[in-house]
Amino acid sequence: MSCGSRANLLAVTLIFSASGAFAEAPLPAPAVDAHGQLTDPALEMRFERIAKELRCLVCQNESIADSNADLAGDLRRQVREMLVAGKSDETIFKFMTDRYGEFVRFAPPLEAKTLLIWGAPFIMLILGGAIIFRIVRQRSRMPIDE
Amino acid sequence: MWKFLLPFAAFVALVVLFAFGLNPNRDIHALPSPLIGKPAPQFALANVIDPSSVVSNSALKGQVYVLNVWGTWCVECRAEHEVLLEISRQHAVPIIGIDWSIDHKPDERDKAKQWLARLGNPYTQVAFDQDGRTVIDWGVYAAPETFLVDAQGKVIFKFISPMTQEVWEKEFLPRIAAAGKGA
Repeated sequence: MSCGSRANLLAVTLIFSASGAFAEAPLPAPAVDAHGQLTDPALEMRFERIAKELRCLVCQNESIADSNADLAGDLRRQVREMLVAGKSDETIFKFMTDRYGEFVRFAPPLEAKTLLIWGAPFIMLILGGAIIFRIVRQRSRMPIDE
Repeated sequence: MWKFLLPFAAFVALVVLFAFGLNPNRDIHALPSPLIGKPAPQFALANVIDPSSVVSNSALKGQVYVLNVWGTWCVECRAEHEVLLEISRQHAVPIIGIDWSIDHKPDERDKAKQWLARLGNPYTQVAFDQDGRTVIDWGVYAAPETFLVDAQGKVIFKFISPMTQEVWEKEFLPRIAAAGKGA
């Protein structure tokens, strides 16, 4: 299920539930509706956030929220089940990194070995700034010739 | 002085970066498995060949074994099949297969049975993972992936991509020998 079709499905779900097509659903609300979405909106929101933060390892540049890969579907199911079971975000991320490594997270935690990743933009900024500063200063010292 | 040294230092830094980054022997998609050195995830799944029996790796404790994740939908698994057959003839270690039904369809099991009957069966036992949970526990993201587990039940090596004779001899056999001595 792609990200686009998820939005469509949501629309379809709303239309159908409005038209009473789901009236036969059992009364105690199931944790997951017919389209695999969590019925609790708060949980579904947490799910969306976690799923966007987890990399689909088959395609590597998509999150499991966006990916069509079968494995991404299985991982989404895993996240939903853990949310329903009352697991914390921390526990869910740890479940994933224990199995797939830190690479599964788009934003790696700040620690010694990831210092370069987090620090690189600032180093680049300072370096670039220093170079521009030098060039500008040199040019301002140059005699202006007509 | 700085004028020459700085560009030169930048040049050296780029050369070092490219030497690592563009190394053709490095598979940029291969990820280090966090499972290495950890206890192998436990599983108990139905046997592909005989649905009434269960394949579980807890029965393999005390033994070095190879675990190979594959599926009939996986083209590269077809490519490595001959190599696995060749390896199985050496009887070095048990080869446990996990047949991964990637789309959760139950017919993968019949396809797997046909595949093994037609091409030969390199596996000591083949487990059927229909819901993909065991595959997730092992941190598998593509088939084929091949693991090596030591006699203490620890994962000691993982190889992603089709198995080749060369990889078997260079990566697996020395580790199997070392694990056998340690046990």
